Amino acid sequence: MAMNYNAKDEVDGGPPCAPGGTAKTRRPDNTAGTELPIFFIIGLIFIPIGIGIFVTSNNIREIEIDYTGTESSSPCNKCLSPDVTPCFCTINFTLEKSFEGNVFMYYGLSNFYQNHRRYVKSRDDSQLNGDSSALLNPSKECEPYRRNEDKPIAPCGAIANSMFNDTLELFLIGNDSYPIPIALKKKGIAWWTDKNVKFRNPPGGDNLEERFKGTTKPVNWLKPVYMLDSDPDNNGFINEDFIVWMRTAALPTFRKLYRLIERKSDLHPTLPAGRYSLNVTYNYPVHYFDGRKRMILSTISWMGGKNPFLGIAYIAVVSISFLLGVVLLVINHKYRNSSNTADITI
Amino acid sequence: MFCSEKKLREVERIVKANDREYNEKFQYADNRIHTSKYNILTFLPINLFEQFQRVANAYFLCLLILQLIPEISSLTWFTTIVPLVLVITMTAVKDATDDYFRHKSDNQVNNRQSEVLINSKLQNEKWMNVKVGDIIKLENNQFVAADLLLLSSSEPHGLCYVETAELDGETNLKVRHALSVTSELGADISRLAGFDGIVVCEVPNNKLDKFMGILSWKDSKHSLNNEKIILRGCILRNTSWCFGMVIFAGPDTKLMQNSGNSIWESQTGDQFRTFLFWNEGEKSSVFSGFLTFWSYIIILNTVVPISLYVSVEVIRLGHSYFINWDRKMYYSRKAIPAVARTTTLNEELGQIEYIFSDKTGTLTQNIMTFKRCSINGRIYGEVHDDLDQKTEITQEKEPVDFSVKSQADREFQFFDHHLMESIKMGDPKVHEFLRLLALCHTVMSEENSAGELIYQVQSPDEGALVTAARNFGFIFKSRTPETITIEELGTLVTYQLLAFLDFNNTRKRMSVIVRNPEGQIKLYSKGADTILFEKLHPSNEVLLSLTSDHLSEFAGEGLRTLAIAYRDLDDKYFKEWHKMLEDANAATEERDERIAGLYEEIERDLMLLGATAVEDKLQEGVIETVTSLSLANIKIWVLTGDKQETAINIGYACNMLTDDMNDVFVIAGNNAVEVREELRKAKQNLFGQNRNFSNGHVVCEKKQQLELDSIVEETITGDYALIINGHSLAHALESDVKNDLLELACMCKTVICCRVTPLQKAQVVELVKKYRNAVTLAIGDGANDVSMIKSAHIGVGISGQEGLQAVLASDYSFAQFRYLQRLLLVHGRWSYFRMCKFLCYFFYKNFAFTLVHFWFGFFCGFSAQTVYDQWFITLFNIVYTSLPVLAMGIFDQDVSDQNSVDCPQLYKPGQLNLLFNKRKFFICVLHGIYTSLVLFFIPYGAFYNVAGEDGQHIADYQSFAVTMATSLVIVVSVQIALDTSYWTFINHVFIWGSIAIYFSILFTMHSNGIFGIFPNQFPFVGNARHSLTQKCIWLVILLTTVASVMPVVAFRFLKVDLYPTLSDQIRRWQKAQKKARPPSSRRPRTRRSSSRRSGYAFAHQEGYGELITSGKNMRAKNPPPTSGLEKTHYNSTSWIENLCKKTTDTVSSFSQDKTVKL
Repeated sequence: MAMNYNAKDEVDGGPPCAPGGTAKTRRPDNTAGTELPIFFIIGLIFIPIGIGIFVTSNNIREIEIDYTGTESSSPCNKCLSPDVTPCFCTINFTLEKSFEGNVFMYYGLSNFYQNHRRYVKSRDDSQLNGDSSALLNPSKECEPYRRNEDKPIAPCGAIANSMFNDTLELFLIGNDSYPIPIALKKKGIAWWTDKNVKFRNPPGGDNLEERFKGTTKPVNWLKPVYMLDSDPDNNGFINEDFIVWMRTAALPTFRKLYRLIERKSDLHPTLPAGRYSLNVTYNYPVHYFDGRKRMILSTISWMGGKNPFLGIAYIAVVSISFLLGVVLLVINHKYRNSSNTADITI
Repeated sequence: MFCSEKKLREVERIVKANDREYNEKFQYADNRIHTSKYNILTFLPINLFEQFQRVANAYFLCLLILQLIPEISSLTWFTTIVPLVLVITMTAVKDATDDYFRHKSDNQVNNRQSEVLINSKLQNEKWMNVKVGDIIKLENNQFVAADLLLLSSSEPHGLCYVETAELDGETNLKVRHALSVTSELGADISRLAGFDGIVVCEVPNNKLDKFMGILSWKDSKHSLNNEKIILRGCILRNTSWCFGMVIFAGPDTKLMQNSGNSIWESQTGDQFRTFLFWNEGEKSSVFSGFLTFWSYIIILNTVVPISLYVSVEVIRLGHSYFINWDRKMYYSRKAIPAVARTTTLNEELGQIEYIFSDKTGTLTQNIMTFKRCSINGRIYGEVHDDLDQKTEITQEKEPVDFSVKSQADREFQFFDHHLMESIKMGDPKVHEFLRLLALCHTVMSEENSAGELIYQVQSPDEGALVTAARNFGFIFKSRTPETITIEELGTLVTYQLLAFLDFNNTRKRMSVIVRNPEGQIKLYSKGADTILFEKLHPSNEVLLSLTSDHLSEFAGEGLRTLAIAYRDLDDKYFKEWHKMLEDANAATEERDERIAGLYEEIERDLMLLGATAVEDKLQEGVIETVTSLSLANIKIWVLTGDKQETAINIGYACNMLTDDMNDVFVIAGNNAVEVREELRKAKQNLFGQNRNFSNGHVVCEKKQQLELDSIVEETITGDYALIINGHSLAHALESDVKNDLLELACMCKTVICCRVTPLQKAQVVELVKKYRNAVTLAIGDGANDVSMIKSAHIGVGISGQEGLQAVLASDYSFAQFRYLQRLLLVHGRWSYFRMCKFLCYFFYKNFAFTLVHFWFGFFCGFSAQTVYDQWFITLFNIVYTSLPVLAMGIFDQDVSDQNSVDCPQLYKPGQLNLLFNKRKFFICVLHGIYTSLVLFFIPYGAFYNVAGEDGQHIADYQSFAVTMATSLVIVVSVQIALDTSYWTFINHVFIWGSIAIYFSILFTMHSNGIFGIFPNQFPFVGNARHSLTQKCIWLVILLTTVASVMPVVAFRFLKVDLYPTLSDQIRRWQKAQKKARPPSSRRPRTRRSSSRRSGYAFAHQEGYGELITSGKNMRAKNPPPTSGLEKTHYNSTSWIENLCKKTTDTVSSFSQDKTVKL
C-alpha cells in the first residue's frame, strides 16, 4: 500500500525535492534493472573468449634457447672475448614433442632499448625509401651515424648501425648419421608494406653497388648494405632481415622473426621430436650491456603466438565482473528492502 | 606626447570665452572622445602584447620555444603551434570586432551636431569640433555636448532643467541657474558673441557634484559652483533653449573621467582559468637528466592542452547563446531578449551566494496605482465573485469604465463598480473623501497643447491618489497660491486655500485648510495612520477600529496606506489660529517649534473619512523569484536610495520580510558610536536568542553546547532581517565596525540598505566580496547602480529602461527581474554543472592520455619517448576527442529546466562548489591514472611476447602505439557515452563520428599514398592495416575497454544507490515520469500568506507647501510639451527642492526614522 501510494504521489506531484528530507523515502526502484545485468552479460561474453584463448595458447609449442654464453658452461662462452672473430658455437637441444604446421624461428634480445627516444629517431625514412638526395645527404636525425670519413652512411643512423648480425642455423641430429640441416626461409618475414612501400633501393641501373655509389657502410657493419644477400630481391634496403630490424621493438625485451620453417606436408610434422643443434655465428655482442640473446622456435594459432597473459586476463576480468555484479545486487536488494520498510512505517 | 606633459602641468584651468587662439595655447583636449583601444597600425603589436600577458598564452609560448630546441624536443613543434595560433587568432578577431564597434559608437557620438557660436554666428558643428571656450546653444531634449558653464536660458532667472539619468541614475529633473550677470545676455547673439569672460577653475576630475571656479568679466569676479555647470551626458528638459560656454571637453568631461579606462579593465573570467592551471611542472622530478626533464615537460603538457582553453571558451560561448536564445527570458511586450554581454562568467552564475538588488525599476516598476480604499468603514476595490468570495484580480475582469469622462486617465484601472455606484448615489462621505484627495496634495497641473491635463507630481503616491480622484469625477484642475480649482462631478468649484500644513518626517501627515464656495472652512488631512488616529475626535471609535482592520488588511497585501480625515473649522477659531501662525512665521526664535505646535493644535478632533491603499507595483513575478532564490540559499540584499519606510514596505511586499521573522534589526545610528552600539546589541540579541533557544533543547545533550559557540554562525536558527540606512552604513563601513556589520548581515536572511549612495552600494558589494569570498551578483536598472554592477562578480542590468548605463556596465541584461530566477537556477546551474562535468572529463581524458607516456618511461629508459605517433598526439585533443566533450559541455543537463526551477535546492551544490573542487579533481585524476595504467599494462602484458597470426612479429613499437591509441580513443568515447546524461542528436553524431573519424584518419595517415609524399612525416605506413587485422589486437582493445570502464560503472552505481544526491533523485523521478506519462502542468505556486501588519510609506518631501503658497514654482505660461514623459502624465518635479533647500535636509531626518514601529 505504502509503495503504491508513493508511486502515485511521484507521478502526480512535483519533483521529489520537497524540503524536509522526505527525499529518501521517495526513491523509485528502477535502476537495478538497467545497470546490474551489464556485469553479468560482460561475464557471460568473456568466459568463452578467455577460455578459448587460454586453451589455444597452451596448445602452442614453443622452445626458447638462450645462447648468450655468459655462463662458463655454455658452448658460446668462448665468443664473449672480442678477439675471436668469427666465432662459431653449437648448442644442442631436444624437442620433446613435434612441432606441426609452419614453425617460426625468432631471435630474442633482452635489455636492449630499441625504444629509446634518441635511438628511435636515429633513422632517415627518406633514405630508406630510396630518395637519392637523402641517400647522399642523410637527415640530421642520424647523427652521429650520419657520415663516416666524409661519406654519407647508407643506411644512416643508430638503428641500422646496431643491426643484429648473428647467423643461426638449425640441424636435426638423426639417430646415427649426419645432422640434417633444416631449411630456413629468408623471405616472407617482413611486412608486405615495409618490403614494397616503405623500403626501396635507390634508383639507378641494375648494379646495386652502383646505386649506392658515394656512400659508406655503417660503422659496425661487416659488409656494405648492397652485399647483405645474393638475391637481388632481398638485398640493399629491401633485405628482409634489415627491414625486420628497422621495425623497432616496443619493449626492451623483444623477439624478431628470423626465419620461416615451412610445413612440407600434412603427414609429417615440420619439426619432429628429437635432438637438434643450433649453429651460431656469434657476431653480435650483448654482454657489455647485460643483454641476453635467445633463439625461439614457435608454432602459431588463430590468435597468433603463445600468449598466456591474454587468456588469464580475460578470465580475471570475468571473475571480477561477476563478483561486482553479485555484490551490487546484494547491496541494491538490501537497500531497497530497508527503504521499503521505511515507507511502510511512515 | 605633449598630451601627457600638459596633464602634469595643469594645476588650474583658464578658459576665455569666444577666444580660440587664447585657449589653444593651453592645449586643452578637444571634444573628440576615444573609447577604442586600437587603430589599424597599433592593433597587432598591442593586441599580441596583451594576449601574451595572459598566463596561459605565455605558458604555451614557452612550451613552443622549448620544442624548438632539438636536444629537448620530444614532440614536434606543430603539436603546440597549431592550436596556439588558432587561439590567438580567434581572440584577436574578437578584440578587433569589439574595437570596431567602439570606433563606430565613438564616431557616432563625435559626429553629433550642435550649434556653436563662431564669428558671431550660430553654426552647426560636429561635437568633435567643439573647443574649450566655445559658446554653444542647446535646445530642449538635447544631449549636452560638453561640460558647460550655463550663461543664459529661456526660463526666467536663467534657470534650466536637466535630467542627469546618465550620470547618477536619478530620473528627476535638476535645476541649474546661470549667474544673473550672464543670464541677462539672453538669446542675443551679438551680445553673446561679445562675451569675453575668463573662467579660472579646477582641473578635470571625476567629482560629479562639485565644481569650483571663478568667472572674471567686466572687471568683476563671480564665483562659480556646481549649480552653474551643465555636465556632458545630461539632457536638457523643460527648457526651450540655453547657452553655455565649454569648460571641459571630450576626455576631460566629468562623464568621461568617470567612465574608467577600458584598456586595462581586468578580465574576471581569467580567475577560473588560472585555477585550471595549477597542475603542471612538478611531475618530473624523478628524472635524471635536465634535458629529459624538459622533454617530459613537453610530453606531459598535454595534461593541460590549449584545446582545454579553446573548449572552455566555446562552451561558454554556447551557453551565452542559450541565454540569448531563451524564449522564456524574452520579454515580448517590449521585444527585449536576454543578452549575455560577456561570455566568460556563465558558470559563476551557478555559484551565486549573494544578490544585491536595486529596488526602484528592478523590484518595483516605479508605478503607483490606487488599489483600494476604505471609506466610512466600507472597503472598495475588492473584487467579489458571484459567491461573494474575494478573488484575485485577473485580466479578464472588466475594469470600471472611465471612458465617459473626457478627463479620465486612460492608464488607470479600478475593478470595483460599487465605488462608482456610491458616487452616483451621492454618498456625502464618498464625495468628501474624493474631494479631499483632489484638494490635499502638492501636485501641479498643466495642460499640454492637446488640452490634456498633465499632473506634475513630486511623489508618485500623490500622483496615484489625485489621478484616482480625477477618474472618479473629482478632477483637480489648477491652482494658484491662494486657490485650488477642482471639477466636482462636472461642476467647477474653486476653493480658497487658507493654509498649507506641510509634510515633514516627524509629522508624517499633511493638511490643507480651505474655504469652499459656501464659505465653510475645512481642514483636510492625510497621513500615516498611527499619527492620524491619535488626532481623531473620540466619536470616531467605531469607525476607527473598522478602518484600522482595513488598514491592516491593505498593509498585509503590501500596499502603501494613508489615513484620511477632515475637520470642520469655525471661522473665528481659524482666524485666531491664522494670526498666531503669522506671528510664529515672523518670529526669529524657535520659529519651527512654534509652527509645529500650531499645526498640532489645529490638527485635532479630526473626523475619519477612511484610508487609501496605493500599490507600489512590483515587477511581475518578483515574489515568486525572491522566494525561489531564497530557497536556493541565495541571500538577497536590497540596496536602495529610497527611504527606509518605502524599502521596508517593499521588503514585506516581496516576501523578503515576513511576520514570522524572529527579529528585524534596524540600524539607524547617527554616529559611529551609536552604530557600533546598535550593531553590538543586535548581535547580542541574535546570539542570545539563539542560545536561549538551544539551551532548552540541549539540556539533555550538554556536550553539544560546548561546540555551539564555535559553530554558532552555522547554527543560527530562525530568520532575521537587518535594515540599515545609508548614514549608519557610512559609519558601519569603517574598518573596525565593518566585521561586526558583515557578521550580522550574513546571519540575517534579508538585508535592506536604504538611502545609500551609488558609492556605498559598491562598498557593500566589495565588503561581501572581499570578506565572504562568495560569488556576488548585482542587479539594477539605473546609472546609480553602475558602480555596484561593476564591483560585483556578475552584474545584471535591467534593459528596456530609459538609461542604458546599467545595461552597458552589466554582464547580463534582460527586461524583467523575474528572469533572474531562470538565469541562475537554470542557465547558471547548467553552466556550472556542464563546466564541471566538462573539466572532470577533460582532466580524466588527458591524464589517461598523457600518463601512459610516464608508464612507458619505465620501459624505455626514461628517454621521453612518446607512446603514440606524433600525429595522434597533435590530433587527439583537437580532433578525436574534442567534439564529444564539447557536445557534453554545451548540451548536457542532469535535470530538466522545469525541475531546476521547481527545486531551487538543486542550486546549493554550486554555491559550495561541490561539483569541481580539489577533491573532485583528485578523483578525476585518479580515474585518469587508473585508466592510463589499464591502457598501458594490458597491452604491455599482451605484447610481452606476442606474435601475429601470420607469425610476423607485431610487438614492435608502431603496432604498440596504434593499439594503445585505438584503445584510448575507444575507452574515452565509451566513457563520455556513460557520462552523458542528456543525449541529443548532436551527441550521437559527435561521439560515434569521432570514432569513425579516428579510424579514417588513422588509415589515411598509414596509407601508402601519403607516405609517398612525405616519407619522413608519416613513418607508420601500413601499420593500421597490419595491426588492426590481427584478432589479438582487437582482443586487447576489448579487454582494455572493459577493464577501464567497468569499475567506474560499479562505483557510480554504488554512489547513486547508497548516497544519491538530490539531482540523482530528480533524474530518476524524471525517468519514471517520462515512462509514466507526459509531464503534467505544474501546480501554481501558492501566493504568500497575507499577514496583518500596519505599515505606511510616504514618498513625500518636505518644503512643497511653502513653494505652493509662495507661488514660486508657478509659471505664467505653459511649458512646451515634454517629450518622452507624457506617457506617465507625471513629471517628477523634485527639482523644486533645489530652489528651496531647507536646513532640515534628509540626513537629519534619519534619526527620526528610527522611531518607526514596524
